Amino acid sequence: MTGAVLELRGLHKAFGALVVTDGIDLDLHRGECHALIGPNGAGKTTLINQISGALQPDAGRISFEGRDVTDLSVADRAVAGLGRSFQITSILPDFTVLENVALAAQRRDGSSFRFLGRAARETRLNDAAMEALGQLGLETRADVVAGALSYGEKRLLELAIAIAGQPHVLLLDEPMAGMGRAESESLTATLLGIKKRYPILLIEHDMEAVFQLADRVSVLVAGAIVASGTPDEVRTDPQARAAYLGDDHTGDAA
Amino acid sequence: MSGASHAVAAPPARPRSALVVAGIIFAALALIPIVAEFAGGAYLTSLAVRAMILAIVAISLDLLMGHGGLVSFGHSAFVAIGAYAAGIMLTEGVYEITLILPVAMGAAALFALASGAVCMRTSGVSFIMITLAFGQMVYFALGSLAQYGADDGLTIWSAPDALGTKWLASKTGVYVTVLIALVGTWALVHRITGSRFGRVLRAARQNPVRVSSMGYSVFRYRLTAYVIAGMIAAVAGVLWATHAAFVSPSLGSWQRSGDLIVMVVLGGMATRNGALIGALFFIVIEEVLSSITHDWRLIFGPLLILIALYARGGLVGLLDRIQGDRT
Ligand SMILES: Nc1ncnc2c1ncn2[C@@H]1O[C@H](COP(=O)(O)OP(=O)(O)OP(=O)(O)O)[C@@H](O)[C@H]1O
Ligand SMILES: [Mg+2]
Repeated sequence: MTGAVLELRGLHKAFGALVVTDGIDLDLHRGECHALIGPNGAGKTTLINQISGALQPDAGRISFEGRDVTDLSVADRAVAGLGRSFQITSILPDFTVLENVALAAQRRDGSSFRFLGRAARETRLNDAAMEALGQLGLETRADVVAGALSYGEKRLLELAIAIAGQPHVLLLDEPMAGMGRAESESLTATLLGIKKRYPILLIEHDMEAVFQLADRVSVLVAGAIVASGTPDEVRTDPQARAAYLGDDHTGDAA
Repeated sequence: MSGASHAVAAPPARPRSALVVAGIIFAALALIPIVAEFAGGAYLTSLAVRAMILAIVAISLDLLMGHGGLVSFGHSAFVAIGAYAAGIMLTEGVYEITLILPVAMGAAALFALASGAVCMRTSGVSFIMITLAFGQMVYFALGSLAQYGADDGLTIWSAPDALGTKWLASKTGVYVTVLIALVGTWALVHRITGSRFGRVLRAARQNPVRVSSMGYSVFRYRLTAYVIAGMIAAVAGVLWATHAAFVSPSLGSWQRSGDLIVMVVLGGMATRNGALIGALFFIVIEEVLSSITHDWRLIFGPLLILIALYARGGLVGLLDRIQGDRT
């Protein structure tokens, strides 16, 4: 076995005639940030969904920390340590910011089949939540109802939830999606800190962020990886340039 | 703002006033037997007992509907299961309530586990239809119990014993017991919704995908809530059988389940007192209107629509707004 935390082998997935994952082999190593780039519709989100268990691959295996997790449910994979964020913000809009994150922390802190004690008064959960919020600069917004946050703040909450679950690996699906220049730059700085503690599989259209954060970059086109290497190698790879960096890199931040 | 000040999450709006409202309602209910001595008599206390029992059921349904987002259209089946467990045991010579209650709750829990395991795999309209189907199953099964009255129902000839005493044979005993059960249910469901379990359940109503990505099996939490709500409804069924000394399959009819949903929505879902107020209001209005005209539903229907239109958040929402205007 290699030093990989996460290994994908021969992953296939098709929606009817549309092949979205076409024989993907991919490794994520300890301490590494592996970026997955590719044009819109390349199949990046679909791949994350297969890793997290939201979608079942048609063929292939996924192993996580040496264990085959292909047949585990989303919840069981999360318990095993696969944490994720969503490209389309996915938070609990009626809860406060603190409760959103405290719920993620609660998962790591004993049983949730407790029926009488007041969860909102559990200082250990609230402290853990505040710490995760602090990492993303959201601590002053803790008491705000999450649905009332600004778009950029919701994106940060999305990440705070993922981190508060203390995953062993972070799968981040376009954390900068829809953010302005300044916001993405500050988030890149935050992620540089987070990267030290978690291996990250990063999907991102923002190339500046990718080249600052990634140790390795893979280029996904039409469901297949066409190039993979260090950021510098990929930057100069003709296939990668043709497929993505050159032609398609017209500033689509969708 | 300092970090320390966030150690406790924001409390729900107006917790105090909700407590005061509940206190007033419970005190008023406690006074009814005394008022009945002067006016209303047995009719008034009997009406209050029925209203309180339905309030217990409505509160348990709100745990599913309001907090869990699970609109069960078969909740009255659990009342019927509890009532028949009591009716059958009393007919067969088991009189002790401390035996009847666990059997009734156990039967409801088993049925909730079995049917819920199927229901919880669906959502939205399918969930409503499947709970309705299971409810109808219970309704017809009870109607086919030839030795226990079949469709005509079962008359219960003796009241249950309470730890060997005849407490439940007296009208006062039943009244006090039902009131205590109501206050207990109200407090219990509030504690559950504020607990770790309740937090997962409430989160899953908003965004089940996110909750499962956090590592929670949404299915198991929902199923557990279904079992808890079913057991509470079964307790209400036992109380109903004790009070009415008669049980019939119609206790579990789909119309009853529909009425329960109306009570919860009418009162205000997922609020501290919504289901309680909704149930009491429903019973009083039903009683008043049906004494005026046989076609009381013709008036009740439009009234409900008006409340749905003008009192979003139900009666509790209306109360909150009136209070808000004053301050
Ligand atoms: N559930 C589905 N059923 C059918 N087709 C789907 C489904 N989900 C995604 N697709 C299609 O699969 C392809 C890959 O989608 P995916 O969301 O993985 O792309 P992506 O690389 O994440 O793109 P983007 O950069 O826009 O987020 C797209 O053509 C999309 O329309
Ligand atoms: Mg995508």
